[in-house]
Amino acid sequence: MSADVQLDNVWVKFGDFVAVRDANLTIQGGEFFSFLGPSGCGKTTLLRAISGFQNPSTGRILIGGKDMSGIGPNRRPTALIFQNLALFPLMTVWENISFALEVKGMGKRARRKKADELLELVALPAQGDKMVSELSGGQKQRVAVARALCAEPEVLLLDEPLSALDLKLRQHMRTELRAIQQRAGITFIYITHDQGEALTMSDRVAVMRQGVVDQIGDGTTVYDHPETAFVASFVGENNSFTGTVTEMKDGLAYVQTECGPIRSRTSLAAPLKKGDNAVVFVRPESIHFCKDETRTDENGLVATLAHQEFEGHFWHLALKTESGHDIRMSVMNDGRSEVYEIGASVSVGFSTQGAIALAPGELAVD
Amino acid sequence: MRNWLRTFLARNGVGLSVYMLGAVALWVIVMIVLPQLFMLDFSFRNNWQQIDPSRMGGPDDVYTMVNYHFLAFGSPNNPDPFNVVDVTVFFRTIIAAICVTLFDLALCYPIAYYLAQVARGGKARLLVLSLIIPFWVNELLRAFAFRILFGEEGTINAILMGIGILSDPIDFVREDVALYAGLGYAYILLMIFPIYNVIESLDKNQIEAARDLGSSWWRIHRRVVIPFAKPGITSGCTMVFMLSAGALAAPQILGGPSSLWFTQIIYQWFNTGSNWPRGSAYAIVLMLTCVLLVLILMKLFKVKIGEIGR
Repeated sequence: MSADVQLDNVWVKFGDFVAVRDANLTIQGGEFFSFLGPSGCGKTTLLRAISGFQNPSTGRILIGGKDMSGIGPNRRPTALIFQNLALFPLMTVWENISFALEVKGMGKRARRKKADELLELVALPAQGDKMVSELSGGQKQRVAVARALCAEPEVLLLDEPLSALDLKLRQHMRTELRAIQQRAGITFIYITHDQGEALTMSDRVAVMRQGVVDQIGDGTTVYDHPETAFVASFVGENNSFTGTVTEMKDGLAYVQTECGPIRSRTSLAAPLKKGDNAVVFVRPESIHFCKDETRTDENGLVATLAHQEFEGHFWHLALKTESGHDIRMSVMNDGRSEVYEIGASVSVGFSTQGAIALAPGELAVD
Repeated sequence: MRNWLRTFLARNGVGLSVYMLGAVALWVIVMIVLPQLFMLDFSFRNNWQQIDPSRMGGPDDVYTMVNYHFLAFGSPNNPDPFNVVDVTVFFRTIIAAICVTLFDLALCYPIAYYLAQVARGGKARLLVLSLIIPFWVNELLRAFAFRILFGEEGTINAILMGIGILSDPIDFVREDVALYAGLGYAYILLMIFPIYNVIESLDKNQIEAARDLGSSWWRIHRRVVIPFAKPGITSGCTMVFMLSAGALAAPQILGGPSSLWFTQIIYQWFNTGSNWPRGSAYAIVLMLTCVLLVLILMKLFKVKIGEIGR
């Protein structure tokens, strides 16, 4: 059983501070939905509002079409996985997992059976009699998932549950969580500040900034077609060039920036017109070295190489233009890439499709 | 041991090491071990009213059980099968102390939980202050204040009669209500703070997780909070029980005319009776019984002695 979750004009205020500002969205039943944003953007508050620990100041939350106002967290069809997992340290693994059934008054044998089934599901067979403290980080993770699933929720809420794990395990658990979600067939709502997690696991991502949902879309949409300057700068790396639109033609914007004119595509959601201020975003991987031939749909820049880092599959280069603008650029290591000297003057370019002009706005801070 | 001493000296320097070891030794030997040993020794001495002082320390001054025998059976011409007065008072004291402890636990657990998990900032500080400030008042003054509060013409009777619940005043002092209330109140901090300390370290998310999994508040306490708070609860109960069983001032002032606290009997043997060996024997019996009960409690609740110290 999976239920859709609908947020209707949800505001959450703490005194004068607005943690969530007018959230309106529908999460489909069975969907893996992520809220992505920097810390303090209100995503955890929103999750707590859905789980029932925080009452919205105004607005309604509907789960499976049913208004949840006045219904406590213990009576909602949701289960929450806490950032620190919050496993009960004085209970064994199987008692932890079957706690939701104990609450319902189920007998010990039936609970044990269900716990063993769930341990099977999360790939931890025969660990039921251990204490939680005897498990490794990844195993605790799985127990937390099993404990939440045991409540047979229609919506599973996850509050950055992978943040305490090391990189390798985190990457592994991403795949695992996605697989568990597909096996369980329920709605997952996932909170994270890690765009890698959000992009790899989710059907759709909502990018949040200061209590506001900036954009909702699937991974490629959010990454390739950002609608606000914040989304462009927060999701993945981006170079930004501020300037003024001098002309709009054939859906392309001509922006005069401090590094010269740039032609770029624009976002349908945030149309620009001649004379507007604009920010042009260019991904580091969209920039490449220009050889002698220059294509007509290309933007070109001349810069000096200031710094370079080798990351195995990529070279990360830091360039400086004549006007002093910093540009980051990534070059795939195909085994043939030339190595440039620090201080060398290089000519780089990017296509009009590799650049997007957006209305100016708040940028994410690294 | 020698290795431990060497590293201890190396880590703290000679001066500090000698001071620390000396202080601990003084504390343990002079203030704990020696007095108890003397009491134990006294308790097995002859009742010194039966022995000529000139023969004390001589060959007739032998160890004997007469003092313990007296507690159990009274004087040789006692017509009853056992020492009715002393034994009754003894058991009544133990049972009353257990009741005071349970009453304090029921009163203090919610307060400790509220302080540790619910109250925030200023409100919590205010509550702690209002718990502590009454204890700036001297213990005797507090006891007398309770007498005024609970007396036949006291505040409580006045209020109850004023709003028409009572037509005649109840003598709460004679009924020992004042005594139990006074004892209970005297030790609430010793119950609250150990429990507070433990519950404060309980991750709030665990409470929320239990709630999220459908648990009622009652079950959250039974399955998550109380098991976690067990060391604190045991420690609080131990202290309150030991101290109320051993209390003297509150029973002296608040006790009804017909009721004695066992410590009052001990006090009489030491003071008015000038019979130290008998007083010692009574005190030793009280202490051993209390320790035994505490050990049983710890066994029942599966708490190790080290956990209490946390």
